[in-house]
Amino acid sequence: MIDLPAAAPADVIVAEARAADVGCFPRPDQYLDLVRAWHDDGFELCVDVCAVDYLEHPDRELPAGVTPTRFEVVTNLLSMARRQRVRIRVQAGDEQPVVDSLFSVYPGSEAMEREAFDLFGVVFTGHPDLTRILMPEDWEGHPLRKDYSVGRVPVQFKEAPGPR
Amino acid sequence: MSDPTVRVAERPDLLTAETSEGAQELLARAITPPAELGREVGSVVHLEGHGFDPSDVDVERRDDETMILNMGPSHPSTHGVLRIMIELDGEFILRAKPVIGYLHTGMEKTGEQLSFVQGGVNVTRMDYLSPVINELNYAMAIEKLLDLEVPERAVWIRMMMSELNRIASHLVWMATNGMDVGSTTMMIFGFRERELILAFFEKTAGLRMNLNYVRPGGVAADLPDGWEDDVTVICDTIEERTYEYDQLLTGQPIFRERMVGVAPITAEEALALSVTGPLLRSTGVAWDLRRTMPYLAYDEVDFDVIVGTYGDNFDRYAVRLNEIRESVRIVRQCVERMPAGDYRSQDPKVTPPPRARIGESMEALIHHFKLFTEGFHVPAGEVYSAVESPRGELGCYLVSDGGAKPYRMHVRGPSFVNLQAIPLLMRGGSMSDAITVISTVDPIMGEVDR
Repeated sequence: MIDLPAAAPADVIVAEARAADVGCFPRPDQYLDLVRAWHDDGFELCVDVCAVDYLEHPDRELPAGVTPTRFEVVTNLLSMARRQRVRIRVQAGDEQPVVDSLFSVYPGSEAMEREAFDLFGVVFTGHPDLTRILMPEDWEGHPLRKDYSVGRVPVQFKEAPGPR
Repeated sequence: MSDPTVRVAERPDLLTAETSEGAQELLARAITPPAELGREVGSVVHLEGHGFDPSDVDVERRDDETMILNMGPSHPSTHGVLRIMIELDGEFILRAKPVIGYLHTGMEKTGEQLSFVQGGVNVTRMDYLSPVINELNYAMAIEKLLDLEVPERAVWIRMMMSELNRIASHLVWMATNGMDVGSTTMMIFGFRERELILAFFEKTAGLRMNLNYVRPGGVAADLPDGWEDDVTVICDTIEERTYEYDQLLTGQPIFRERMVGVAPITAEEALALSVTGPLLRSTGVAWDLRRTMPYLAYDEVDFDVIVGTYGDNFDRYAVRLNEIRESVRIVRQCVERMPAGDYRSQDPKVTPPPRARIGESMEALIHHFKLFTEGFHVPAGEVYSAVESPRGELGCYLVSDGGAKPYRMHVRGPSFVNLQAIPLLMRGGSMSDAITVISTVDPIMGEVDR
């Protein structure tokens, strides 16, 4: 367990996560400030940005004071000097998840945020190029959402109707 | 115009509409936002005092002086279905943008439909050059959620197989990189030596590739009789042959022309772009998860972390070549120090009863059946676990809701992230350097698109 950097927003909720990582639960409006504070505190690598759709678990267990929403954006930061990981879980919203893009702090988050947008429909404000990355440009829906069923597109080997 | 589905050369609008990726593609400068333009020219690095100013980018260049060239998705030197759109001024690259997704098969979605027992078959196909390391990453994430202790022998078997796999992966890299710079000899050599390792994998796990050998709780089978001799022969052969590659390539003038000083990247740039693996180490950052955040028993074996200096193509080559030798060192230590004991956990929750018991015990049969149909339940929670794959940090963010299937399985593919360095590496280089850039970044499209 390590302390939040001094520059971090004051009332961010911190909880110990598994495997010796630190978990932070900022509100969406604190997210970018918190990440910037960690960055300035020596966390030079943004390892991973991904989203989770908790459609089936609206009342999941979270630290006190965190209001669960359907979508959660999970960011993993790494400090090489301290050999420490920090996990930031931000509750992004229910209907239309929106969080700030980390592009201005970590340019390397660009592709990962595009992936989260493509597969979950999370909008990252301030992202330079928020387009689909894995799915075709005219694809409808966001496949990793829990209400996007598997088998929506029939599998046939001949004369199959197009996916779009 | 009557039938809009007819693909004819007279209707180029239809042809492009069918294959267009819209805004995912490299667009004309006039309609590209400044921040994105900056990214495509590789100038996104926010160094202290060197903040990126969009007005620095030369947007006044007229589009008719340059040419946007489409490379891929089916191109022999893109190592899979990677498509790179390149804006050229004559022979030189102004902008580049990778367009990916041509191999996207929804493996993360599939992972949510498969139980924890079955999931290994899915993840092993992501990075098809290092299947063992993919499985290891997935199994370690599950074990962290289960709080499961893995027997010591299983740990060492996993480590030995991972390192053999790393050698195999780097050998394919040596081979394809050799091919890209025109050395068909290296191509043959690399695949020839890799075959030794794949044959050993077949002997151990039954398959050459996509082994599904590492399972939650241990490995699928014990090492075959006489494995020490096989592995020693592999080590001796490959170690000796690395000096042949060295002789063949390192001093070779044509090879050096294509490699030395081409496409450098600094440590600050690599870190800002979240680049890991040999690409990062070639810039001089000694960051190797095996050493810096040890897993398995890497803190008990003796090996060096190879770093480069200039971060150019040649350093990336040198790092990989020497990593083969270091991996051989680790494998030799595994052979020497392989502990006796169980090759998988004896916890009946994750491990099926032995085959002999199934024949004589009804309970064992039911247990076996339940384990492979229903699977085992993993306590609710989330975990991020990472290992060092041949391409960088391979991470797995696993969310379980207490069921037998992962609620969410996200794999952080190192190739996917490393691809972001391509615009920066290609900028200003010639078209022929672009080929070596793709090669030395070493993207595995199965992992990029997942």
